[in-house]
Amino acid sequence: MTDLGELYQQIIVEHNRAPRNFRRLTHPNRTAQGHNPLCGDRITLELQLEGDRIQDVGFQGSGCAISQASASLMTGAVIGKTKREAEALFQTFHTMITSPPATPVDVGSLGKLAALAGVRQFPVRVKCASLSWHTLHAALQQAAEPVSTE
Amino acid sequence: MSATATPSPARPASPLNVARLRADFPILGTTVRGKPLVYLDNAATSQKPRVVIDAIRHYYEAENANVHRGVYYLSERATAAYEGARELGRRFLNAREAREVVFVRGTTEAINLVAASWGRVNLEAGDQVVVSAMEHHSNIVPWQLICEQRGASLAVIPMNRRGELELDALEKLLRGPVKLVAVAHVSNSLGTINPIREIARLAHARGVPVLVDGAQGAPHFPVDVQALDCDFYTVSGHKMFGPTGIGLLYGKAALLDAMPPYQGGGDMIHTVTFAKTTYAPLPAKFEAGTPHIAGAIGLGAAIEYLGGLDRERLQEHEADLLAYAADRLATVPGLAVIGTAAHKASVVSFVLAGVHPHDIGTIVDQEGVAIRTGHHCTQPVMDFFGVPATARASLAFYNTREDVDALVAALHTVRQTLTP
Repeated sequence: MTDLGELYQQIIVEHNRAPRNFRRLTHPNRTAQGHNPLCGDRITLELQLEGDRIQDVGFQGSGCAISQASASLMTGAVIGKTKREAEALFQTFHTMITSPPATPVDVGSLGKLAALAGVRQFPVRVKCASLSWHTLHAALQQAAEPVSTE
Repeated sequence: MSATATPSPARPASPLNVARLRADFPILGTTVRGKPLVYLDNAATSQKPRVVIDAIRHYYEAENANVHRGVYYLSERATAAYEGARELGRRFLNAREAREVVFVRGTTEAINLVAASWGRVNLEAGDQVVVSAMEHHSNIVPWQLICEQRGASLAVIPMNRRGELELDALEKLLRGPVKLVAVAHVSNSLGTINPIREIARLAHARGVPVLVDGAQGAPHFPVDVQALDCDFYTVSGHKMFGPTGIGLLYGKAALLDAMPPYQGGGDMIHTVTFAKTTYAPLPAKFEAGTPHIAGAIGLGAAIEYLGGLDRERLQEHEADLLAYAADRLATVPGLAVIGTAAHKASVVSFVLAGVHPHDIGTIVDQEGVAIRTGHHCTQPVMDFFGVPATARASLAFYNTREDVDALVAALHTVRQTLTP
């Protein structure tokens, strides 16, 4: 597959076109905003936490295909997970998108998120793929300020 | 120019010998990602002709010494080259005197210099500085900084949906407590060429001086500060085929003379004691410290290079490219051009339905096509047009119709990749 084909895999294109969980929650108890000044990507993430577990996640915003697809895939991956599990997944995901291109991908723990491995070939796009995850982290930490990738 | 594969729907191909001009720019013969470089980001920075690169190398290899200091041979040579470059800058802008031309790092520093120095003694609480709706952040933020210090405020000349300034609104604004008008000659994100002479006439009728951000003007057409009758004009060397880190600030002598120094240090003084310092006359007053000598010499070489070309022919060629680009881009489904002023330089901003500009940028890059994507340091312009960002192709005289064709072909790849 070409670098470009690897970046814009069908699953990415599809999630960008029809993002999952692109909605507001009725009773969110955590909210965070993320902004990537380079691209102008903006995301608002709402969580419904019950105890330590993420019961529901919704996101809204606009941005490039990578940021939108990444946010969509992330929501699917973290619903039902504990905070600790979600943070661990973020770490695994971040390692994948920042590792050298030939590094094996931990498909077992990443599942569909592995589709974003192509970002490794495009260092300037890493921020796009990680914006929603940084925003999730902020929401879980209950950060008051909007997060920024800068 | 070689024959193009696609016949023009607009007008016949330009007769300019672009292939010969391109040979002057070493980088234009290189490849990226295995494809010939198609460089369409000239509004961000232009490429450099061999003569500019050689002038800088020659300076470091044969003339390097500090200026205005030594009494020895090399220092005299360096000083002569540096001041020679200033004289070239004077001629380039048609300033009356060389002392009206100050070397700065670029347009950003030039505007910061005027804002800090002129603003410090001319702005008071309640005063206004007028900028336009299409300014680059570098012609907004320096004014906000000084306005905040002085208790003054910004007022904004609005624009219409084509990206043209509304001069009626400027006339109304000028009835207020306006102390300065600061406006771009050419919009970097829309390509609009603003009617500077008319703006200066309106402002001067109210006794208000005008600063022109010329970063995007000087690369495209000859500039005559006397004919424009502007009070300040700023130039970035790297956008007009010169080096980075060097630019020009033109100011009318009377205005510059009355302004306090911007930075203190060596070279800008007449005498220094612990009790009192007196300042050097223009232009040294505004050139504290060792300047970017090599940059000034490189900029001088760029000015001489441009001076050796028929700039009217270059403008015709760029106008042809702009018309050709507009026609060809219109064939891409879902593409909309942002900025459709009647008077435009060869800058085309556009959006593609359903595709974010950054995805466009990444995909066309794979085809060797370099364009800018983002807000182009003009966030208020993006807000005005209701887009988060645009893709922008900005053309220089060394671009060709083939470059435009490569962009259009790459945009079809974008659509195939990202739209149903």
